[in-house]
Amino acid sequence: MQKIAELMRAKAVELLQSSKAERVLAWRAGEFFYDNAPAAFNDVDACQEIVYNEFCPANLAKYLIEATKQQKKTVVFLKPCDTYGVNQLLKDHRIKREYFYAVGTPCSGMLDVKKIKELGAKAITQITCEDNKVIVETPYGTKEFAKEEVLLDKCMMCKGNEYKIADEELGEKLEPIQFVGDRFAAVKAIEAMSAEERFAFWQEELSKCIRCNACRDICPACSCEQCIFDNQEAPVGGKAAADDVEEQLFHLIRAYHVAGRCVGCGECARVCPQGVKLGLLNLKFIKDINQFYGAYQAGEDATTPSPLVSYKENDPEAEEAVQRRG
Amino acid sequence: MLKITLDNLPKLLAALSELGELQVPCENKSGKVDFEKWNAEKRPRFDITLTSKSAKDLFFPQVEDLLAFKTKGKNLSIEQIMPSDKKVILMGVRACDIKSFELLDKVFLKDPVDTYYKARRENTLIIGMACSEPEETCFCGSFGIDATAPGGDVTTWITKDALYWQANTEAGKTLTEKVADLMEEAEASKVEEQAAVTKAVLEKMPLANFKVAGKIPQDELKTFNSKIWEEISAGCLSCCTCTYVCPTCHCYDIRDYAVSDNHTERYRCWDSCLASDFTKMAHGNPRKTKVERFRQRYMHKLVYFPNNNEGDFACVGCGRCLQKCPVNLNIVKVAKALEVSEDV
Repeated sequence: MQKIAELMRAKAVELLQSSKAERVLAWRAGEFFYDNAPAAFNDVDACQEIVYNEFCPANLAKYLIEATKQQKKTVVFLKPCDTYGVNQLLKDHRIKREYFYAVGTPCSGMLDVKKIKELGAKAITQITCEDNKVIVETPYGTKEFAKEEVLLDKCMMCKGNEYKIADEELGEKLEPIQFVGDRFAAVKAIEAMSAEERFAFWQEELSKCIRCNACRDICPACSCEQCIFDNQEAPVGGKAAADDVEEQLFHLIRAYHVAGRCVGCGECARVCPQGVKLGLLNLKFIKDINQFYGAYQAGEDATTPSPLVSYKENDPEAEEAVQRRG
Repeated sequence: MLKITLDNLPKLLAALSELGELQVPCENKSGKVDFEKWNAEKRPRFDITLTSKSAKDLFFPQVEDLLAFKTKGKNLSIEQIMPSDKKVILMGVRACDIKSFELLDKVFLKDPVDTYYKARRENTLIIGMACSEPEETCFCGSFGIDATAPGGDVTTWITKDALYWQANTEAGKTLTEKVADLMEEAEASKVEEQAAVTKAVLEKMPLANFKVAGKIPQDELKTFNSKIWEEISAGCLSCCTCTYVCPTCHCYDIRDYAVSDNHTERYRCWDSCLASDFTKMAHGNPRKTKVERFRQRYMHKLVYFPNNNEGDFACVGCGRCLQKCPVNLNIVKVAKALEVSEDV
């Protein structure tokens, strides 16, 4: 990963110097090994601060909205999974192609510091990644984890190492995380519940929410200029985490609104400070769309219309859909 | 100083819960550890250094009803909805969170006194707990807070086999008299030993030497106009996570909710300076961009608050924002950027 970081710095400098772009979106190091933050780099000197390691999970796609608003050509480093979000934003006409230069950035899976802590590493002073080992130093001793134990949940559903949009690719592609199993297993378990059980499950899950809106703010499909939940004229409370219908409907309305546009990046669940299983709602929609209209991956490209906004004669009728769902 | 073996701790908790609503860190349905009302089925999680959310919720809940307006024909009645006057014993509060109460008091107990906050605050007895396993995100020391001596009405320390208990205030002494039978006299040596070990660990933490006092230019206009804001705020998502988990953030919004045609409730809920409608008034929004709203948060914590409160920063170094920010932006990064910025 260190090598990739060097390539990124060199590429950023090259693109700024050749006037192909005015600014760069990448990651900046923090206080610890694991807290890199998405950041904008505006000049060649600043680009020396670009970092890249196993703790750069944030998808930079959403920041391109700002680049488009500013009309500043921006270099953006995109991991393979991040490219889906960029295509979706293009399709939704929220970003313009002429304002960004996409550099495909190899990834072999990002790690989850929360999992490392849950497995008992307290007071982390250093993390080293070697092949499939993650070595964590603490004042209480060294702990070693297998990479798959501490991978981010979203990386366990890795979509592979292909870039769906890129002006150029950096270095060699890395081996993607091999996803084994059924990505819809958790959705099927919920579908198998009785209506009462399902209601109780979601009521409990959604009542954890503190209405920070992080899920909405990171989501590449949630790109309204003004969210209805930020509109004071709307008769819904945007900030109150009250245990009432309006509050719980926030997540349902959001899930419906991004249906067919959700690229399944898993960022909503990753950023939730309360650990709400948000991805499940979106996966349910993805599963249903695949079942009713044929396999569809949002963000695969920037042009194919979503099945939910295009009509075909053989589309199932609502009643039929309900029957097929069982 | 008194002590009770950990085997007997449930007896002490049961006795305390007879004297008031006992709130202790417990694992909740989210799988997170937060303050919850204790009962015999719940296992307290004093092993967790920091609760997921701060303890401010106990005095300043995220949502609370203030008033009810009811109409009957041409008659209007206005009722104040006061919090219940139940006694609460808040146990297991860390030094950082205890300091946050002191800071919140400066906001809510100043004239005009916030009667809702005051009612809860006065009905709550605080049992502090010393830290023994600090995390790398801890930096309470930066604000002169001693993690091993948290204060409160009573201070407690937990070692491998016992809980040590020391009353500090009159209220703490009164409480102690009621439960002292369950405990035995103890020497302070074990506690001192533990404190020394904790301090040694804290010194090894990455933020051990991070200081704020004297480092940040307190000239409001200069810091306000610093060149750092544009760049450092670029990564911020404008979500409210940092403000909601912060023990010292205290902004709120007041709204009306129509329960029915003749019944309206006025409630308040936490607000966040990062929200796009923050302090929006009839004329519009004074901070239209993310940069301005981001700057407001840190100016408030690092400059305005200390300038108005004898130098006290509105941060206690609990590190929750370091742990929870979805994009790893936090007050440490901002403070460091302000410090090195040549313009300020």
